[in-house]
Amino acid sequence: MRLELLLPIILPLFAGALSLALWRSLWLQRALAVVMTLAMTLAGAWLLHSVSGEGYLVTDMGGWEAPFGITLVADIMAAIMVLMTGVMGLIVTVYSLGSIPEGHERFGYYPLMHLLLAGVAGAFLTGDIFNLFVWFEVLLLASFALMTLGGERAQMEGAIKYVTLNLFASAIFLSAVGITYGMLGTLNMADIAQKVGQLEPEDTGMITVVAMMYMVAFGIKAAAFPLFFWLPASYHTPPVAVSALFAALLTKVGVYALFRFFTLIFDQDVSYTHGIMLWAGALGMLAGVLGAAAQFEFRRILAFHSVSQIGYMIVALALMSPLAILGGIFYIVHHMIVKSALFLVSGVTYRLMGSHELKDLGGFYKHRPGLAVLFLIQALALAGIPPLFGFFAKFAVIRAGIEAGEFVVAGVGLLVGLLTLYSMIKIWAEVFWKKVPDHVTDTDRLTGVVADSSIWLLYLPLILMAIATVALGLFGQPFYTLVEAGAHQLLNPEGYIEAVLGRGE
Amino acid sequence: MKSNTLILQTAAIYITPLQLLFSVFLLLRGHDEPGGGFIAGLMASSAFVLYMFSYGVTATRNLFKIVPVDMLALGLILGMISGLPAMFLGQPFLQAQWWDIPLLGDATLKLSTPLIFDIGVYLAVIGTTLMIVVALMESETDHPSGNGD
Amino acid sequence: MELLMAITIGVLTACGIYLILRARTFPVVLGLTLLSHGVNLFLFSMGRLTLAAPAVLGDSSHHADPLPQALVLTAIVIGFAMTAFVVVLALRAAVELRSDHVDGADPDEDLR
Repeated sequence: MRLELLLPIILPLFAGALSLALWRSLWLQRALAVVMTLAMTLAGAWLLHSVSGEGYLVTDMGGWEAPFGITLVADIMAAIMVLMTGVMGLIVTVYSLGSIPEGHERFGYYPLMHLLLAGVAGAFLTGDIFNLFVWFEVLLLASFALMTLGGERAQMEGAIKYVTLNLFASAIFLSAVGITYGMLGTLNMADIAQKVGQLEPEDTGMITVVAMMYMVAFGIKAAAFPLFFWLPASYHTPPVAVSALFAALLTKVGVYALFRFFTLIFDQDVSYTHGIMLWAGALGMLAGVLGAAAQFEFRRILAFHSVSQIGYMIVALALMSPLAILGGIFYIVHHMIVKSALFLVSGVTYRLMGSHELKDLGGFYKHRPGLAVLFLIQALALAGIPPLFGFFAKFAVIRAGIEAGEFVVAGVGLLVGLLTLYSMIKIWAEVFWKKVPDHVTDTDRLTGVVADSSIWLLYLPLILMAIATVALGLFGQPFYTLVEAGAHQLLNPEGYIEAVLGRGE
Repeated sequence: MKSNTLILQTAAIYITPLQLLFSVFLLLRGHDEPGGGFIAGLMASSAFVLYMFSYGVTATRNLFKIVPVDMLALGLILGMISGLPAMFLGQPFLQAQWWDIPLLGDATLKLSTPLIFDIGVYLAVIGTTLMIVVALMESETDHPSGNGD
Repeated sequence: MELLMAITIGVLTACGIYLILRARTFPVVLGLTLLSHGVNLFLFSMGRLTLAAPAVLGDSSHHADPLPQALVLTAIVIGFAMTAFVVVLALRAAVELRSDHVDGADPDEDLR
């Protein structure tokens, strides 16, 4: 029984239930949210510490031994993701304290957030495909409710698409789980991986079919090309803190599931499955960045960029070399920090000027130079400018592409980096550089005439994230070593199988 | 929204308690035989829904003494607490614990953590269903932009 | 029985997908429900179809696979929660947007 493996899941679940019981008192809920996300971060750090020492942590739930019961497994990648979930939860909670309207808080914002975090952590840690489905549904349900919180027109419209497409993806996922069980008679990931390796040659065609079903299901959840349409339709509608949380976590769960399945289980027909992913990733990079270039609303630009960044992660997975997987994990961590930070910046500008449209914003460099610096750091990191963290992520992926001889994909990666810079410069020029537009009359909050007592709660997370982006870029060697070990684990699934099934013998 | 059918109203008075009783029966036999927390919770909430159809939302709210949200929260907490005894005994989370309590004569009372879990599920299902049904019925009747419950 | 099962699953899935592609929210909700029924049946049949056999208890020489039944039960519970949420969402959206079109407004209202 390893407590650190269980805590990241139980803590938010308990906190969610408690928070629901405390619905009469907003202050208790807020305090609980901060304490819980902090505790989850610490639990994640503990988990990562244990995993980096021991390689794998495995626990059977309820004492039912693998491969029969539900097993929780953590390797280095899962532990990093859990730690990041805690960190992002903490950061968004602090930001929410200063930004979420009280009405939203009363309608269950905190319980839902806890539920979402529990679902995400559960999805990262489970070693059972059906359990993964359950965690997916848990986090989806929480995300549906969070997305519609407040019930404005645009939210409803975005939510319907989001809900429909995600439920469709769940149906595909569940069918794939069914076929997997029908063929192999097991649901444990390690056991599946082992049995897939021992299949007769005539069954491998069916395995490829199942692999494609998982790819489509997780692809929808990860917003991979060409399945990403729900993302730009919905991410700009909920409150900014919710957008940031979604941008940090939701698509990453899909990407994580792709990484897990297509390194552990489906690595027989690499040229076929990973070939498809390679081009889906490359086209996703292009489609996202071109979509962003056509947008003039702060959060829509960011949402389209997410599609493009997901493309990089999928290309990294498709290349399947140690450097590429390392780049992929780097990219996921990088994107979690940077994208949510940019969403949070858009929340500050909205708070100060009351709009997300670029044409209605302006003058921030003059009046809020600090915010301009915080934005610039993250924007340059997103575009991959050295020495920020994003550069190393991008560098690893593109270098791996060149080493694998995929020059077109590597070229697309470089081009997309340039176009990302273009989009970021567009935001910079419109929001920060430009003067306050003439038609905007209400500038009291921007110029500081009207004091805003709780705005430090919005700045604090941004400052922390800017420090993280710079620090991981400049002093990233320990992290690099850790992720390198994680990539090694992913590419050698025997260790995972042995850790889950080979205990006690 | 409430129905004014005399037949339904009269029947609801008798059927609702019977259904609630039956739901408890389902809950308790659930461990070894068909039944369990989820189905019992649905049965109990359908009892309340029947009452709601005949007497309206307000009357139903007065009927149960606690708010559905509290019921949901209590259910979730119970469900998770049921996993804890195993942890204190050094076993994996959620491992079932059984206690036999001897009663008068030959009878023994069998208690277990899965029962606590089932009661938690039961309460959570009632809480959720009632929250949803109340939200649906209220959004249908009066405030078009109300946030439900 | 296999044929009947296969046809049922196929028809449910086809109807579900057809309805999901409609432009009104209510058919879409119905479509999602039908689709999830189809998937549940499919999942159930993955444990091989057995007639008149107990799931776990009793005669051990002739029994049905209990695991898909447990999975389907879980999937039904989840589907129940999802359907309830989607119905509330669709109703609220219809009230809020004054239209039950999935895009919030009917793009070719005057063409009809």
